[in-house]
Amino acid sequence: MTAATRARTDVVAAVRAVPDPEVPVISIEDLGILRSVEVDGEVVRVVITPTYSGCPAMRAIEDGIGAVVAAHGLRAEVDVRLAPAWTTDWMSERGRDALARFGIAPPQPGAGVAAAGPVSLDLSVRRVACPLCGSEHTEQISRFGSTSCKALRRCLDCHEPFEEFKAI
Amino acid sequence: MSGDVTWVGKAPESVVPEGDSLVAAYCLQLGDDALIYAQRLGEWISRAPQIEEDMALGNIGLDLLGQARALLTRSGELDGTGRGEDDLAYFRDEREFRCVHLVQQPRGDFAFEMARMVWFAAYQRELYAALTGSSDPVLAAIAAKAVKEVDYHRDHAEQWVLRLGDGTQESHERMQAALEVVLPYLAELFDDDAVSSAAAEAGIGVLPSSLHDAVVARVAALVERATLTLPDDSRWRSRGGRRGVHDQCMGYLLAEMQHIARSHPGATW
Ligand SMILES: [Zn+2]
Repeated sequence: MTAATRARTDVVAAVRAVPDPEVPVISIEDLGILRSVEVDGEVVRVVITPTYSGCPAMRAIEDGIGAVVAAHGLRAEVDVRLAPAWTTDWMSERGRDALARFGIAPPQPGAGVAAAGPVSLDLSVRRVACPLCGSEHTEQISRFGSTSCKALRRCLDCHEPFEEFKAI
Repeated sequence: MSGDVTWVGKAPESVVPEGDSLVAAYCLQLGDDALIYAQRLGEWISRAPQIEEDMALGNIGLDLLGQARALLTRSGELDGTGRGEDDLAYFRDEREFRCVHLVQQPRGDFAFEMARMVWFAAYQRELYAALTGSSDPVLAAIAAKAVKEVDYHRDHAEQWVLRLGDGTQESHERMQAALEVVLPYLAELFDDDAVSSAAAEAGIGVLPSSLHDAVVARVAALVERATLTLPDDSRWRSRGGRRGVHDQCMGYLLAEMQHIARSHPGATW
């Protein structure tokens, strides 16, 4: 492996590991918002997609990518692309595990399939396990939490409130 | 409230834009609806009946603001003026806004907000679902993203209409009154204005009247489940938002929304 190849591998790994600013236990890759990374000479082209149209973290994520690329002596060009629209189905297993350990219930799978079909789902009737004790005996307090991507729930067994990453 | 304008002498010919200008004009209308409703929803923060609802209405407003930013950016890219999202949001005057009257109405009680939202989200849900097939790829991408967000908005409003309608006598009466207050502003959502008609013809947009039946069917079924009655007539109805003719409240809304940007043009922090 030449020094140039190693530098290239390093910067790609660093971009993939950039943490989400609001939930720093999960990387942008594991969250599923990193779409591609391409090293072209001195320039690193990165394509990301927002979680929600109004996600205020996008700017911080762009800055985060810019900073790690600059630390490798290269320059980042970040392209924010809307299509195809992000879905929580793109979140990795590792990302889901990290969320659960952090006390946030991971999103339920199948969001993309449900959104594509004509069937309207009652979003409040779902079984969500408590990330603290594992009980499925939980209820929703509010479908809108501290950020667009999370809902508020509480556990009826251990009585702790917790956040859930909404499937979208 | 504005009626149709009676021109003395020859009426000015309305010019319907074409090509890129048509996409720009259409995106501006949709963006203005989202922007102005986002501004009204932001007013609820710290005033909602419970803190969870402060957060919910703030989150819904933020989704709409995100949609507005994308739509206004697209409009500014194509209208030939080189304006960005901030120029369009902060430096246009009242007559240049193209939003419907429903979204600009002043904040009422919580039942009013849920009545407005249940209609507007049902409308936006049908609209964005149809726009995923727009011939403009950027508009199609914005719609594909927004339709998933609006699903949550619609569901939120529906849960509240059910709870309030089928709740106490007081909540039932106030929810019923709210349905009547928003009624005169609904017809305007489904008017086939010149820009929407041309955009639909060109495959860019959707004919508003084509959304009417699905939206009404959805809300009517909900209202019935909520033990409420859909009011079926109003003596007057709003008009003119798509031509830039707004209610008195719009000027006050814009003053609050725009005054910092106008007091410190170009300021960054
Ligand atoms: Zn628990």
